[in-house]
Amino acid sequence: MGNDRDQIDSRPWFRIERAGSKLRLSMGGSWTVHHAAALDLELRSLEVGGASEAEIDGSRIDKLDSIGGWLLVRTKTGLTDDGVRIVAFSVPEIYAPLLATIESEHMVPPAIVEHPVTLTAFLERVGLATHTVQIQAVGILGYIGRITVKWFLTFRSPRRNFRLAATVHQIEEVGINALPIVGMLMFLIGIVLAYQGADQLKRWGAEILTVNALGVGVLRELGVLITAIIIAGRSGSAFTAQIGTMKVNEEIDAMRTMGLDVDDVLILPRVNGLVIALPFLVFYANVMALIGGAVMCYFDLGITVPVFVRQLREAITLDTFLVGMIKAPVFAYVIGMVGCYEGLNVERNAASVGRLTTRSVVESVFLVIVLDAGFSVIFSILGI
Amino acid sequence: MDGDGKEIVIRLRGVVTRIGDRLIHDHLDLDVHRGEIMAVVGGSGSGKSVLLRSIVGLMRPNGGSIEVLGRDVLGLDEEGMRALQMRWGVLFQDGALFSSQSVAENVQVPLREYTSMSQELMNEIAAMKLSMVGLGEDAATKHPSELSGGMRKRASLARALVLDPEIVFLDEPTSGLDPIGAANFDQLVRDLQKSLNLTVFMVTHDLDTLRATADRIAVLVNGRLKVGTIESLRNDRDPWIQEYFSGPRGRAALA
Repeated sequence: MGNDRDQIDSRPWFRIERAGSKLRLSMGGSWTVHHAAALDLELRSLEVGGASEAEIDGSRIDKLDSIGGWLLVRTKTGLTDDGVRIVAFSVPEIYAPLLATIESEHMVPPAIVEHPVTLTAFLERVGLATHTVQIQAVGILGYIGRITVKWFLTFRSPRRNFRLAATVHQIEEVGINALPIVGMLMFLIGIVLAYQGADQLKRWGAEILTVNALGVGVLRELGVLITAIIIAGRSGSAFTAQIGTMKVNEEIDAMRTMGLDVDDVLILPRVNGLVIALPFLVFYANVMALIGGAVMCYFDLGITVPVFVRQLREAITLDTFLVGMIKAPVFAYVIGMVGCYEGLNVERNAASVGRLTTRSVVESVFLVIVLDAGFSVIFSILGI
Repeated sequence: MDGDGKEIVIRLRGVVTRIGDRLIHDHLDLDVHRGEIMAVVGGSGSGKSVLLRSIVGLMRPNGGSIEVLGRDVLGLDEEGMRALQMRWGVLFQDGALFSSQSVAENVQVPLREYTSMSQELMNEIAAMKLSMVGLGEDAATKHPSELSGGMRKRASLARALVLDPEIVFLDEPTSGLDPIGAANFDQLVRDLQKSLNLTVFMVTHDLDTLRATADRIAVLVNGRLKVGTIESLRNDRDPWIQEYFSGPRGRAALA
């Protein structure tokens, strides 16, 4: 159903007759968009064959739309360009205005510029890429410096520059609302770690050392690292998407014209909120992972909770815990700064929001892992 | 066909739309004839755009029937809807061009979707359509974000017209354009309507557009439609219609 237009369409046709130096084209049927592809191919392969005059008779066309009209006009101008004189050109009366419009709006389609593969082009690409990197580096440095200065300025005039409500809202958003997912995942990771540790250590009769491996692994490394990665995916991406969408809607520009400082209103509350919330979140994540581990130890190895706790107290010191915790605000700072920075880089189109959100997550996860490796090096030098 | 022998291309009967518990459309009836320019006016939030969106199938009214080109929009299956969609074009308020594609690619989207033309022919057709709406060849390779608001509207109109639709729907075609740009756009719509024999259904605020283009006007007040020409509506008793046509702006535009 719905194809009644097609049903009354008759097949389009055209005939070529040659008489000496005269070329006669007669056309008929439906010259519409649905038949354009086939007509296009046939008309393109039309040979002038030494003709000097041509007659185009379209009077038997019973349906013509602007695409069919274009094919007629193109054929006509094509013949003229080949030095053929058009002695007659006719279409049914009702289509004359349409054809006149098409003819007067005739435009050469833009040529597609192909980039040649040469040494100069290669050098140009290298140069452009280098220049882009330089501009980006300057941009990032400028941004970090600007936010740092703004951060200190809030101490000078907290009444004006510190946004308490926004900061608290961000703590709720990135911290409290993340409790279920972080807790669930860390509990499961505790179970997995304990199971793997128990499986290996059982062979040496050292099942009890599972607790040591679990405690040190979670508190020093895994608790903070996995929480940071979850938060980069959950909140870093949200920062970029929120700020980016505001930029697309010109909300950022509106703020600027009203004298609101975008850094104070949007960026500092997010970065501060994350820096405050992440250490608590990491602490909670550590506890959940240890609970998961304790549950697994009980069912798999028969280590009861009092034994687990006693062994844990022997295995870890306050340093073990602090080594993990000290990373949390640093990771939070990096995730928050990257998320907001990419948000501010969004251009005014929908694709750009998606692209930069992806980039923000990839960059912050990358930086978190690089920094974690850096911390390990520093701690090993310090002998902690 | 109705009594005057004119073919009806859009027929609304008893259309009811509620948003929340607010009655937006209270049993609307409307006939749009082939080849005319019908303009729907009304205050902000009166449900003009909702009406347009209901007709093109983006929203479902709570009751009533909507027929476009003899087909019941509310009862069509997917394939029937697709066949109908090829026969109309829609111009959205901000153009709604796909931002990841160049203007020429935007215009070619329906061609690529519905036909099997060569890229060369599609390029030629895009160039022709763009020049019909008054855009030069330099615009074809640009991305929508590089165009001004008026150029975006023109490019979007070119996209709406590429399959030679029988009906075009225009949502606030001249909003956001300067008066000269708006007047040019009105002229463009009028010219295209004549040369392509289009039926135009537009939603607008713009009194100048009404005077310059509309054959008939439907005023949406308090959920009801009043249909007439500018002259007949100016004599209507309704206070909103009085204010609209006889307020300072109305008098200036219609003088």
